[in-house]
Amino acid sequence: MTYTDYVTGEPVADTKAPAGPINERWDKRRFEAKLVNPANRRKHTVIVVGTGLAGGSAGATLAEQGYHVVQFCYQDSPRRAHSIAAQGGINAAKNYRNDGDSVHRLFYDTVKGGDFRARESNVHRLAQISVEIIDQCVAQGVPFAREYGGLLDTRSFGGVQVSRTFYARGQTGQQLLLGAYQALSRQIAAGNVEMHPRTEMLDLIVVDGRARGIVARDLITGKISTYFADAVVLASGGYGNVFYLSTNAMNSNATAIWRAHRRGAYFANPCFTQIHPTCIPRTGDHQSKLTLMSESLRNDGRIWVPRAKGDDRPPNRIPEDERDYYLERIYPSFGNLVPRDIASRAAKNVCDEGRGVGPGGQGVYLDFADAIRRMGRKAVEAKYGNLFDMYQRITDEDPYEVPMRIYPAVHYTMGGLWVDYDLQTTIPGLFAIGEANFSDHGANRLGASALMQGLADGYFVLPATINDYLARNPHQEPVTDQHPVVQEVLAETEDRLNLLLSVDGDRTPDSFHREVGELMWEFCGMARTDAGLRKALERIPQIREEFWRRIKVPGTGEEFNQSLEKANRVVDYLELAELMCLDALHRAESCGGHFREESQTPDGEAARRDDEFAYAAAWEFTGTGEAPTLHKEDLVFEYVHPTQRSYA
Amino acid sequence: MKLTLRVWRQRDADAEGAMSTYEVDGISSDMSFLEMLDVLNEQLILAGEDPVAFDHDCREGICGACSLVINGDAHGPERTTTCQLHMRSFKDGDTIDIEPWRAAAFPVIRDLVVDRSAFDRIIQAGGYITAPTGSAPEAHATPVPKPDADFAFEHAECIGCGACVAACPNGAAMLFTSAKVNHLGVLPQGAPERETRVLDMVAQMDEEGFGGCTLAGECATACPKGIPLVSITSMNKEWLRATRKVAKR
Repeated sequence: MTYTDYVTGEPVADTKAPAGPINERWDKRRFEAKLVNPANRRKHTVIVVGTGLAGGSAGATLAEQGYHVVQFCYQDSPRRAHSIAAQGGINAAKNYRNDGDSVHRLFYDTVKGGDFRARESNVHRLAQISVEIIDQCVAQGVPFAREYGGLLDTRSFGGVQVSRTFYARGQTGQQLLLGAYQALSRQIAAGNVEMHPRTEMLDLIVVDGRARGIVARDLITGKISTYFADAVVLASGGYGNVFYLSTNAMNSNATAIWRAHRRGAYFANPCFTQIHPTCIPRTGDHQSKLTLMSESLRNDGRIWVPRAKGDDRPPNRIPEDERDYYLERIYPSFGNLVPRDIASRAAKNVCDEGRGVGPGGQGVYLDFADAIRRMGRKAVEAKYGNLFDMYQRITDEDPYEVPMRIYPAVHYTMGGLWVDYDLQTTIPGLFAIGEANFSDHGANRLGASALMQGLADGYFVLPATINDYLARNPHQEPVTDQHPVVQEVLAETEDRLNLLLSVDGDRTPDSFHREVGELMWEFCGMARTDAGLRKALERIPQIREEFWRRIKVPGTGEEFNQSLEKANRVVDYLELAELMCLDALHRAESCGGHFREESQTPDGEAARRDDEFAYAAAWEFTGTGEAPTLHKEDLVFEYVHPTQRSYA
Repeated sequence: MKLTLRVWRQRDADAEGAMSTYEVDGISSDMSFLEMLDVLNEQLILAGEDPVAFDHDCREGICGACSLVINGDAHGPERTTTCQLHMRSFKDGDTIDIEPWRAAAFPVIRDLVVDRSAFDRIIQAGGYITAPTGSAPEAHATPVPKPDADFAFEHAECIGCGACVAACPNGAAMLFTSAKVNHLGVLPQGAPERETRVLDMVAQMDEEGFGGCTLAGECATACPKGIPLVSITSMNKEWLRATRKVAKR
């Protein structure tokens, strides 16, 4: 049986969201969820993997509630998680602008923006909680941008027509993360959180069908240890680094969620990846990562390419009537603020037509000349100064004088571990929060919604729902290293690392990462076809086979060894890539960030096929290279009726 | 371009370290400094040697992980993080010295990687506002004058990289500590803990073995985020104010 001959198993369904009016479900669930007596909480240990917005906020909040938290991050400090790099802002339905915003509108925009592939109950809860997040962060001292009257400022973002995005210049993620990090630090100092920096989770321990701990490696000494708990929370982020070049941090990786998947957690919608339209184009083969330019720039910058193919005049020599402001032309009502998937695809289309600009024709202009004329250079500087500086530093071009060049790049993964309304995976006691889960963004995430979801999950949702699990499982048998399951997981981990060290081949971990990444970008990137995906599916097992024959990792496992860390992450990318391609192949429709060339409208827009694909695809692992089992979660839309998305 | 690199190699915290010399070729001026080191490391791995260990993550100048002393300057010749330094700042044929942060409070872990956990402990000592989840009032209940909000933001920009300590002839952490003291101290939300915060953070800073401040000003020159030197004087003022206020209680 080949990998593509997957079978469809029993459907999977969320059983935790209560029935009834959608705006009452979260209150109802919180009331129905069992509680743990405050005096009993300290007897429960919860492992949290990751310290980004989701993990940091969850660790701090669980510790405040009285749980004993054991937390991990691979970075040298919890403050460095990649949430820190989020630039633009965080959405909240505060309606401070009195511009017609509401919880319902944020809910509606998110379901529609996600191209009707998200679960309504979860999205509505997210919109409800959004307002509390802003209150919480302000109380922590997060320095959001303010108006002269001392009140909070907001701006608009792609895919919406209200100004509901709160921001801290171009560093919103940094400020929100430092807020969570400081709350976490307070709990570390109080002894409620046992923090393990420079420690990477390598496997999940499942005993009697429940998540009971993790295997982790101390990255300084190389020591592999076990940690046990009553529940495990994965907040380890997304898997965009499968593509090698992405806007993710260099060390962001998929190991925690992939290992959990191998142990039984379903992986949902792996092919839903977000290609962000405004990134700095690559300059050469040496490129190690791509840098995002915040979507907020699309508020004032105008995107264009020359009307004529192969027009290589410098941008200021191209007269106005020979420019094509293609987003404004095709989508007059949203203009430059269409959702990310649409903006990215449109950029690809004009470049494919031969109208791209810059080296290799892989770029479009993002032009601030009009904004500078309208607002003055000073105002533009105040709003976007740090982004312009960053652009200039990387490209050596001055965006105040010459239009920026931008091109789409992998940015975010909407897919992730399947979770129910309680954010619990299919392994009891294993929870996934933030980008690590699949829950709220459907097939496309709107700008400024990742920060919202990370903090909603960590501050408010998980701390409420995990109570229910712990209250129902008050006395779990203690687990020790002597348990046969633990022995087995430990041995597997050690064997894998030893094997990596012993092959002594002739290729570096990076060379394999780059190879699989380029393959994914070509066949599972912005446009996907049946033939291309089959080609990738044929190639990936070959790369995997070659990897285990030719990998070279210097040094030993008992020391600080960054090559070993890297190689071990690549092992998991080489399996995850295969599942992403299979998911993309099976979903023979276009929706959001998943564009199948076979399924488009006559004018080239994504054509959804709701009759066949109105479900989330949750995959069950059956063995490396073995066909996984598909479990479908039917998506029911009671409040936002699916329509062809229109931003024209 | 072709470069000669002299790199600090040190097996672990207890081992002796030394500078080793390497040649790299085919470096493009568009590469970032860390991409140039990637080239060196790929070369070393294939030659069966241990690659040079260095901290790095976001490569966008915001996570604060990268931390190299380049030709004697923390983060090198430009005012930015190491990851945002590009090879166009160097010339073909250059010899470049690459060392870790040098400070008593930042022991070397391996090669160019140092232990900066002392910074985390300074924050743990008081670099926060106590606001447990769920206890927050409506965000607009307390307006914050824009100049105060901007002042807070400018100090909150600190990325905790430690360049200030590496640049300081005394290995002091005053700029790092003052950035957080000033960020939280100016906000109305931070007022209730204003005195304990500065006293506890400064006490922890001293306990970690950072040096004293002689206002040499190197920290502010090296800071990739432009935290101003006057931040330190503001903290001294805060500390004095807090000491007197607490003494009166």
